Amino acid sequence: MTPTATIVADRLTRRFGSFTAVNAISFEVRRGEIFGFLGANGAGKTTAIKMMSGLLMPTEGTAMVGGFDVSTEAEQVKRSIGYMSQRFSLYADLTVRENIRFYGGIYGLKKAVLNERAEHLIRDLGLDAEADRLVGELPLGMKQKLAFSTALVHDPAVVFLDEPTSGVDPITRRQFWEMITAAADRGTTILITTHYLDEAEYCHRISVMVDGTMAAYDTPSAVKSTLGVHTMDEVFLKLTRTSP
Amino acid sequence: MNAFRAFILKEFRHILRDKRTLLVLFGMPIAQIILFGYAITTEIQNANIAVLDRSRDVRSLELTRTILASGYFTLNADVRSYDQIEEAFRKGRIKMALVIPPDFAAKLQRGEADLQVLTDATDPNMASTLVSYVNAIAARSGAQGKPPGIRIEPQMHYNHNQASVNMFVPGVITIVMLLVSAMLTSIAITREKELGNMEILLVSPLKPLVIILGKVIPYLLLSMVNVSTVITVGHLLFGVPMEGSWLVLAVACLLFVVCALSLGVVISTIARTQQVALMLSLMALMMPTILLSNFIFPISSMPFPLQLISNIIPAKYFIVIIKGVMLKGVGFEVLWKEAAVLAGMTLLFIGISVRKFRIRL
Repeated sequence: MTPTATIVADRLTRRFGSFTAVNAISFEVRRGEIFGFLGANGAGKTTAIKMMSGLLMPTEGTAMVGGFDVSTEAEQVKRSIGYMSQRFSLYADLTVRENIRFYGGIYGLKKAVLNERAEHLIRDLGLDAEADRLVGELPLGMKQKLAFSTALVHDPAVVFLDEPTSGVDPITRRQFWEMITAAADRGTTILITTHYLDEAEYCHRISVMVDGTMAAYDTPSAVKSTLGVHTMDEVFLKLTRTSP
Repeated sequence: MNAFRAFILKEFRHILRDKRTLLVLFGMPIAQIILFGYAITTEIQNANIAVLDRSRDVRSLELTRTILASGYFTLNADVRSYDQIEEAFRKGRIKMALVIPPDFAAKLQRGEADLQVLTDATDPNMASTLVSYVNAIAARSGAQGKPPGIRIEPQMHYNHNQASVNMFVPGVITIVMLLVSAMLTSIAITREKELGNMEILLVSPLKPLVIILGKVIPYLLLSMVNVSTVITVGHLLFGVPMEGSWLVLAVACLLFVVCALSLGVVISTIARTQQVALMLSLMALMMPTILLSNFIFPISSMPFPLQLISNIIPAKYFIVIIKGVMLKGVGFEVLWKEAAVLAGMTLLFIGISVRKFRIRL
């Protein structure tokens, strides 16, 4: 384990009955790294993320997240991660400010700290005028950006982003990635799954899961050159087509 | 504790900002009690009748007058023969016909007078009620057909004037509490699942028990507000007596609300969507509760299998308690068995939901 690794998975395995969803995957993600977690639907991405976020117990193997073991220290793991899912996760009937305070609140932030962070966050997103409007009235792109900022409100060591950009227009997608890069530069480790293969190029390193195993694990350019292809699309097709 | 407060605060905001929930929560109980209180009544007033008087003397006219003066009947047809009675029944103009025989006065003298009462038994409950009214009036005016011997003098205890509202108010309180508590909590929890918020809550350090409690406590408070409203309306507007202790009543209501809420949580662990939660609450909870809780239909006259099933309906026990407290004025020294069953059921539901909630993780 390298000293700067925030996520270390070691032969992480999860079986459901006779079906092996995740088969002994091992990888490390460094502090401040943007790690792309790619794979077709049903390849085991979600199961792997669930294990790393303390929602699902590994059948075998271990994973350390933010220095805590997911099998034995799920509580501490949960405190050190943020999570944003593809499904919209803010409450439409609460205002921008109320949403931020709620999510900060359930992580046990003190009121003074929470207030300061909430105002800071609202300013950063340029939402001063909308702070007391219901989230349901905001455009989708703004909701997604707000959801991302909210996932970071308790300053987690690691953020899991599960297809955060699905259904978002290209311009917002671009801005979204700027936010992700900025968070990584501040030292937050990012693990992101995506269906947009061009987004994989923005990641520092990627892994491609095929049938519960890791078929590739390197920087985007290294993965491409190893397979002798030029685009991420080709990488994806080449790897997934080999599976029956 | 901060986390818990944040959760409760959020839950109250959800409820108070949702007009539909508010309407169900506060509008429905009032609407129900007024509906049941005024519309559904087993007392009959001004039933249309016909009198075929074949003696036409002082005695028979006196009897007719007495019967019409009771307020239960209105003379609605002028009949001279059985054929005309038949016709009036067919046209639906009358519900009952009274036939006074030609020798009525003479037989009355000898103490063996009889009267014929014909009723429209397409509505059997109404028919038997009307017959019993006539019986009572006839007995009072000394025209009793039976020879003197055993005389039965009925006294209706705890609900002297047999006001049906005294039966329905406890029933409505029960149904409303169950509906609001179980249905709204199960919907509130499944909504989090459906919209994807539950994932975020489960990933957060919040414990499952805190999530459940955070969901349940706001509804617990609101349900207790509701119960007070319904009981106050029943007491003030419909004159339902309150013989027992308010404290005992409050404790019993609290117990039942907690029971219903935990049932709602159980439903939410089964249902994936709000629609399913709603259907489950209505079909699996409401219908059996209305039918098998002794609210409208007496359990004792049901076939044995249904009587058995009625034992697992929480409302059945609560109705016994609430009637006991409000109408008979008894306390837990009498009702402890029912209370214990409710408490047991509540623990069972809480056990199931905490377990199921964990498995979902």
